[in-house]
Amino acid sequence: MKVVVDMNKCQDHGQCVFAAPDVFSMDDDGHLAYVPDPDDALREEVEEAADVCPLQAIRIED
Amino acid sequence: MTARILVAGASLGGLRAAEQLRAAGWTGAVTVVGDEPHMPYNRPPLSKEVLAGKAPFASLAFTPKAAAQDVEWRLGTKVVAARLTERTVTLDDGSTVAYDGLVVATGVRPRRLRCPGPLDGRHMVRTLAQARNLRDELTRPGARVVVVGAGFIGCEVAATAVGLGVAEVTVVDPLPLPMVGPLGPLLARALLRRHEERGVRFALGVGVTGFEGEDRVTGVRLADGAVLPADVVVESVGSVANVEWLEDNGLDLSDGVLTDEQLRVGGRPEVIAVGDVARFPNARYDGVPRRVEHWSIPTDTAKHAAKALVAHLGGSDKELAPFTPLPTFWSDQHGFRLQSFGAPVLGLDDVRVLDGDPEGDVLVGYHVDGRLTGVVALGGHAVATSAARYRAQLLKQPAPTS
Repeated sequence: MKVVVDMNKCQDHGQCVFAAPDVFSMDDDGHLAYVPDPDDALREEVEEAADVCPLQAIRIED
Repeated sequence: MTARILVAGASLGGLRAAEQLRAAGWTGAVTVVGDEPHMPYNRPPLSKEVLAGKAPFASLAFTPKAAAQDVEWRLGTKVVAARLTERTVTLDDGSTVAYDGLVVATGVRPRRLRCPGPLDGRHMVRTLAQARNLRDELTRPGARVVVVGAGFIGCEVAATAVGLGVAEVTVVDPLPLPMVGPLGPLLARALLRRHEERGVRFALGVGVTGFEGEDRVTGVRLADGAVLPADVVVESVGSVANVEWLEDNGLDLSDGVLTDEQLRVGGRPEVIAVGDVARFPNARYDGVPRRVEHWSIPTDTAKHAAKALVAHLGGSDKELAPFTPLPTFWSDQHGFRLQSFGAPVLGLDDVRVLDGDPEGDVLVGYHVDGRLTGVVALGGHAVATSAARYRAQLLKQPAPTS
């Protein structure tokens, strides 16, 4: 699975981190880091992360 | 005939309901009816990026999931009545639509001030069209702006206006501090100071009694007799749920539509409510039904309610676990962020600084009987992230009843 975050949109809310902690994380400055090619087994939680992103910045490209 | 679920309301709640009906295995028809001409779009930027001219519509539109591609969208159309016993709704073109399942997702509209004076020049920021109108007026040279209501929306609009270079922005509220109802005085004072430092003026502890002007607003009259000159007025005094279409069905519509802990309406398993319009009990807290106008609620409610509805329509009477969301909200004002987890409003009598200092970045905890019931961070992104560290703790506990 390919995950793309539009970093121009991202405002570091961190809601994706709660939904998919294996894929998204926040660094010590409160900025987003993520795994761009997570295992397909994580699809459901990545979809949840995309849903809860207040900026709708997360896209899943198969 | 194909079985049909009708979704009344085409904003985030309606969209998520349609998607979650498919995710829950519903293969019948889904029809979404909404009165705005647009596909569902994201509203939080309306008081911020849209007003600031930084967000075109394309950047606000949600992208419906692939599984929801066959959903029928009837936009620019309003549901005006429902007969729940007959399982039909009436649309504003006079037509009647029969349903097997009904999703109430009609949301809220801004409450209007009912005091004398002209209407022209008075604005709200619930819809894209309203935000665009307001932007056009805010960007006129020399505009004097009065924001009525010092809640989150009002304070966001005031911050955006100052950021746009508007020289005179005054926020009026009968309460003594901005956002004090949900946050309590400690953070409200910190917020007041931040706004004042950036040029926002406040008239607090005083209500509005009327508007000056003939055809168009020229000033706002306050209860103490003062008149604030105004070219542009923004009304941000709360909201009213869009439930009129559900009248005459014996429902409790006293504030939104009352649901049970599965988000079912009026004891009818084929009718569910999602989003701002739903007044639901949260067993995590005191079980008192409340409407919750947080951005996360349409998605949370849709996920739960769609499962319950599809299970029922599929013939299953298995009861799901009750809906017990952990509330969360944020607000961005002048480049600083408020981030909340849990239910601070239940712990307003015992507010403690957990980290930092109200003069700078600060993390505040709200307690009931000594137990944490909510946290709010104010400041930069790092402190907002630190609030998230309390989220797991807040999720674990059913919070105490107050």
